[in-house]
Amino acid sequence: MLGTPPIRSNGYYKAKRVTLNGVIHLFLIGVAITCLYPLLWMASSSLKTQQTIFTDISLIPHPAHFENYIHAWHTGGFGRYFLNSIFYTASVVVGILVVASLAAYAFSRFRFRGRTVLFIMFMAAMMIPVPGSFVALFVLLNKLHLRNTPLGYILCMINVGLPMSIFLLKTFFDTMPRELEDAARIDGCSKIGMWRHVALPLARPVLAVVVVFNALNVWNEYLLALIVFDDKNLMPLQRALMVFRGEFLTNYPLLMAGLTITALPIIIVYLLMQKHIVRGVTAVFG
Amino acid sequence: MKLASPLKSTLENYGFIFPAVLIFSIFYIYPFIQIFHLSFFEWDGIVPFKDAIPVGWSNFKEISFQDSSWWQAVRNAGFITVVALTLQNILAFLLALACDREIRMKNFYCLIFFIPVVLSEIVVGMTARFLISGLEGADVVNRMLGSLGLSHLAHHWLSDPHTALTTVALVHCWKGFGWGFLIFLAGLQTIPRELYEAARVDGASAWETLRKITIPLMMPVIGLVAILTVLGTMQIFALIIGLVGGEFAGHTSVPVLRILASMQGSSRFGYACAQGITFGMILIAVSFFQYRLSRRAKA
Repeated sequence: MLGTPPIRSNGYYKAKRVTLNGVIHLFLIGVAITCLYPLLWMASSSLKTQQTIFTDISLIPHPAHFENYIHAWHTGGFGRYFLNSIFYTASVVVGILVVASLAAYAFSRFRFRGRTVLFIMFMAAMMIPVPGSFVALFVLLNKLHLRNTPLGYILCMINVGLPMSIFLLKTFFDTMPRELEDAARIDGCSKIGMWRHVALPLARPVLAVVVVFNALNVWNEYLLALIVFDDKNLMPLQRALMVFRGEFLTNYPLLMAGLTITALPIIIVYLLMQKHIVRGVTAVFG
Repeated sequence: MKLASPLKSTLENYGFIFPAVLIFSIFYIYPFIQIFHLSFFEWDGIVPFKDAIPVGWSNFKEISFQDSSWWQAVRNAGFITVVALTLQNILAFLLALACDREIRMKNFYCLIFFIPVVLSEIVVGMTARFLISGLEGADVVNRMLGSLGLSHLAHHWLSDPHTALTTVALVHCWKGFGWGFLIFLAGLQTIPRELYEAARVDGASAWETLRKITIPLMMPVIGLVAILTVLGTMQIFALIIGLVGGEFAGHTSVPVLRILASMQGSSRFGYACAQGITFGMILIAVSFFQYRLSRRAKA
């Protein structure tokens, strides 16, 4: 309630508050417009033609060339890149869910030699920046014949998401009451059964955070896509966009359609899952 | 109830962490050790590694004393970081303050401010290039300046060496301020409202309340955001690829782009690793220094 004076009948304070709120709204709306305008403009440019895209800067194009999207999808190859991105994102997220939740559950519940050291190792990886590791990763992938393969990219990206996901899940499992698992154990439930039938269902809210964060991360990833892929047919959207722009005589409306195809799923997922994202940020940094 | 044997139980425990440890060892720890190893070699990445030439510390010496474009890249990243630390974080803090009150459409603003964050650097960079550039874009920024009667300010923002880096920094701030905003807002909401009530009863002005209550209580959060900003911004590169183009030289080069250029452009894998290590050390030193600083500010 900061800024709301206790005495509302006083005209001076009321006028001051209204002015202040007005100024604040102007500020907030101004920033909000700068956030939205480039995106609206990107979408609108995707409906123009190569001739009008540089001259007509209105937000609502006349006429709107929706067929640009069909061209981008087929001749531009964005349909293929889109499916590649979907496939990589889905595979990595599923992989992380299984691998990270298994490890986090063990770190939280079981006692075994090396438990603390291993956990600290994962946490350190979250904090220590290793900017050049992609050079060695490139060499390693070549040696394993995993470069330029979907599997190589997926494994690398699972690795990228592991530390944060293990941290989030272990923090949750630590706060989870043990009674349910004790009951399950008495009923003869195995460890893997407790993970599958007790821990995972209870962890659904955290799993949602893990899914959203990793999905955003994989969908937007560029560096490893650059290192791993040479074959255009295997590239995810971010990488393909750069290749498309680098080609002789860029078709700008198709490029804008490609950008919109890349941005739209992320925006939709974000709008649907905003609660989980805010919760994730507060869980990690709060 | 059957008691499982201790050996079986231990094996089961390791079975749970095995996939994670295996993937992590291959794709994180092994490359991590390898970059230290490779950094002492001159190797083009093509011939078998056994034919690589061991060169001792010479890669590091070359970086330290001869590679002026490397240090130019570090300075460039430092400049962008300073802009992000000040402009971006002050903007984020002000927006968070504005939203930490009873105000209409609060949720709408929170929703919008995070959109640039969830978009990729490539999408943001390319879209911004198309808005800003007059050569490979629609020149929207200059046209807007013109319609505001400021056409004398119109400029080739991205191709002029004097403005290119600042333009990159501003686009980076636009993309990133939502992070700081969200973390600041979460921090502000943990401050008990009674403190503000008490301050107002004591006749404190809004400015005094901000200086004496809000900012001191927010110091740990501010320190955290500062460290995240530095680590995130120093490693900027994809935004620059999208915004400025594929050319890795020039006035907007940054360390990660230099490492990529050493590896892909000049095929010097050992040198690229040495650059990576040098850069990692710089980052660790800076964030350690910042951590000490924020600890002292708290004490």
